[in-house]
Amino acid sequence: MTVYVLRRLAFLVASLLLASVVLFLLLRLLPGDPANALTSVGATPEQLAAARHQIGSDQPLPQQFVSWLHDLATFDLGNSFVSTLPVGPEIATRIEVTGPLTLMAFVLALVIAVPVGFVAAHRANTWYGLVLSGVSQLGIAVPVFWVGMILITVFSLHLGVLPAGGFPQDGWSDPAGALRSLALPVVTVALVMSASLIRYVRSATLDVLGSDYLRTARALGSSFGGAIRRHGLRNGAVPVVAVLGIELASTLLGAVVVETVFALPGLGSMLSQAVAQHDYPTIQGVLFVTTLTVLVIGFLADLAQRLIDPRLRSTLTGGKP
Amino acid sequence: MKPLSKPLAGGALVVALSVALTACGGGTSSQKSGSASGSFDKNATIGVGSVYEPQNLDNTGGGGQGVTEALNGNVYEGLFKLTDSGKVEKQLAQSYTVSPDGLTYTFKLRDGVKFHSGKALDSADVKYSIEKVTGPKSQSARKSSLTVVKSIATPDAHTVKVTLSSKSISFIYNLSYVWIINAQAKNLKTAEDGTGPYKLDKWTRGSALSLTRFTGYWGTPATNKEVVFHYFKDATALNNALLTNAVDVVTSEQSPDALAQFKSNPAYKVNNGNSTTKLLLAFNDRVKPFNDAKVRKAITSAIDNKKLLESIWGGYGKLIGSMVPPTDPWYEDLTHVNPYDPALAKKELAEAGYPKGFDFTLDTPNYDPHPTAATFIKSQLAKVGINVKINVITPDQWYTKVYQNHDFSATLQEHVNDRDVVWYGNPDFYWGYDNKQVTQWVTQAEQSDTTAQQTALLKKVNERIAQDAASDWLYLYPQIVVASSKLSGYPLNGLNSQFYAYDIKKS
Repeated sequence: MTVYVLRRLAFLVASLLLASVVLFLLLRLLPGDPANALTSVGATPEQLAAARHQIGSDQPLPQQFVSWLHDLATFDLGNSFVSTLPVGPEIATRIEVTGPLTLMAFVLALVIAVPVGFVAAHRANTWYGLVLSGVSQLGIAVPVFWVGMILITVFSLHLGVLPAGGFPQDGWSDPAGALRSLALPVVTVALVMSASLIRYVRSATLDVLGSDYLRTARALGSSFGGAIRRHGLRNGAVPVVAVLGIELASTLLGAVVVETVFALPGLGSMLSQAVAQHDYPTIQGVLFVTTLTVLVIGFLADLAQRLIDPRLRSTLTGGKP
Repeated sequence: MKPLSKPLAGGALVVALSVALTACGGGTSSQKSGSASGSFDKNATIGVGSVYEPQNLDNTGGGGQGVTEALNGNVYEGLFKLTDSGKVEKQLAQSYTVSPDGLTYTFKLRDGVKFHSGKALDSADVKYSIEKVTGPKSQSARKSSLTVVKSIATPDAHTVKVTLSSKSISFIYNLSYVWIINAQAKNLKTAEDGTGPYKLDKWTRGSALSLTRFTGYWGTPATNKEVVFHYFKDATALNNALLTNAVDVVTSEQSPDALAQFKSNPAYKVNNGNSTTKLLLAFNDRVKPFNDAKVRKAITSAIDNKKLLESIWGGYGKLIGSMVPPTDPWYEDLTHVNPYDPALAKKELAEAGYPKGFDFTLDTPNYDPHPTAATFIKSQLAKVGINVKINVITPDQWYTKVYQNHDFSATLQEHVNDRDVVWYGNPDFYWGYDNKQVTQWVTQAEQSDTTAQQTALLKKVNERIAQDAASDWLYLYPQIVVASSKLSGYPLNGLNSQFYAYDIKKS
């Protein structure tokens, strides 16, 4: 297991390096000159050159890359081209919104998906089992912003019980306000996320229900509930946990949309604005931090899988995210 | 960065562009909203919804128009101020005199003015503040218009003497954009030290900026205790905030579709103010066939601007027929010069040697309303035999291809600032309109002794460019402020993005 963890860690670092190269190059291949963002229109070629020098975009690519890596190693994410303020601290404050939003949505999605998925599988042939499967199928096709807009219309505009958007200026020092602001976004993300989770839980449950070991356990006198608790949950959890990692990661990306709909000052809205402004250091910083998070989540999901299923511990392939 | 711009779409570049299109000086008309009568809450918090978030808090260091909207006049003041009706009034300047040759301005400063840090205002601060705008590190859009400043002397703590290298009738107007800053202030990108009626309470990036009443203010105190600017990237989110009372007023409504829900509701007031933003079909006047005024006139007459405006803005906005909006002192209605008349357009095309029309590519920025306008223009011009190929480009590409390299035939663009007709006097500007007479008038106008002289000259410019159809001025955008009906005293015109909040009363 230790060897596995070490190998997996090495893989994590390698992925991160590779991701940083790709990220760095992709941004440089975008059309347009970021120096334009810094100068007034009508700037002379000299002023543009000075701007390029100021942001270092006149340096050869390898050199820019090395200096970026160097900054990263010292936990410096650089300064935004547009605001000229440091990127790192801003990412930190934005995570205070996106982090809780994602985690709460994730937990809520699980709370919805596990029982619903189980019932949808266990009662697959009843009318409500079919309805649950159908609804989850439909949920996958529904865009996040649409769910968000419906929730806003109902709970903010009609009932007036929750804010339609925004986040308290005092942030988490006003916990009640912060939670109220996050309530609808969390539900939005959780609903959309649970739709696909339900399907995974359902198919994992179906596998377990049709398995030989469960039949054997039942034959040996175990009750249905007992057999599920003792044998079913673990076996069912393995594929679900693998998917959870991916789902959590995609929730982070879904934050871009949700944060725009709900006017939340999170990483997603920071990223979308930075992209519009060609603000390389900000884009790089946000993508780097999210890439890192996604890789770490994958790593943890992988470990969790192995802790749940002892059979996986002996395999040292370690390639799965 | 560029405090003067008021673009209608996001993106720093758009901000940058719009600044380019800045002229100098300003004048406008219109009244403050609502009446100041009735009782109001002196300790009210006013929530302002806006789509223009500051990049940072320094208007000479890349702060963007959002910083102008939030801080200009509220936190920082100038020697002069531009009122919402477009008049230039004395603010921190008590009085001033101009030497007979028009080159030396002597300003006396107001007594008893304190910065928020407590330090008293003196002439060194004024010198510092002007030099901050004209200095090498400055990213201010005013920088170019203040290059006429040759030297600044401070004979005593209350006197500032500015010497210009040439006469500039717009100098006083231009000073209304120069924030007077404490010369010793630090970290102006995240903090402030101004003399205005509010001081900065807190700025939360990506979310909100709050101002509270400054108790040591030299003038009339603000009629509310606190103002919080809430920033939105999404128009629907902004409107929802207004509908749920999360904000009390929206500085500039960008989506006419959303107006119906406010217009029909007595809890809100929809104000139709005067903007200075013009939507242009700009030709490259250097290249064939647009180097022929007949062709440009033909195109102008072939497009039904009224129909276009109606389809994009409903009942709002207006047609102007030239580059000057009604709020500039040299405005006149020139919509009759090139009227909508397809038959006339065909005749002019034949005279210019294109009886069967021609093909051209229209470079179209990819954000609203340009793609819609481009499609409309394409269908209109098809009726007179002109075949338009629409080329959709990003603001970045526009800047490089069109603005810098002049590599285009025709383009769509919005020009946001007041008094920007003077760009037609610059033959090197991207559209390449080159008329020696116009260039001379523009130069003379700036050297005028009186505003009457300036006005007369710029009127001539305006008429001439309309006769030449230097560009096709499709329409003037509306400036729509939507507010709770409990509010009064808010600015309606939002000239050059400013939004004075100190007179706002909430009942």
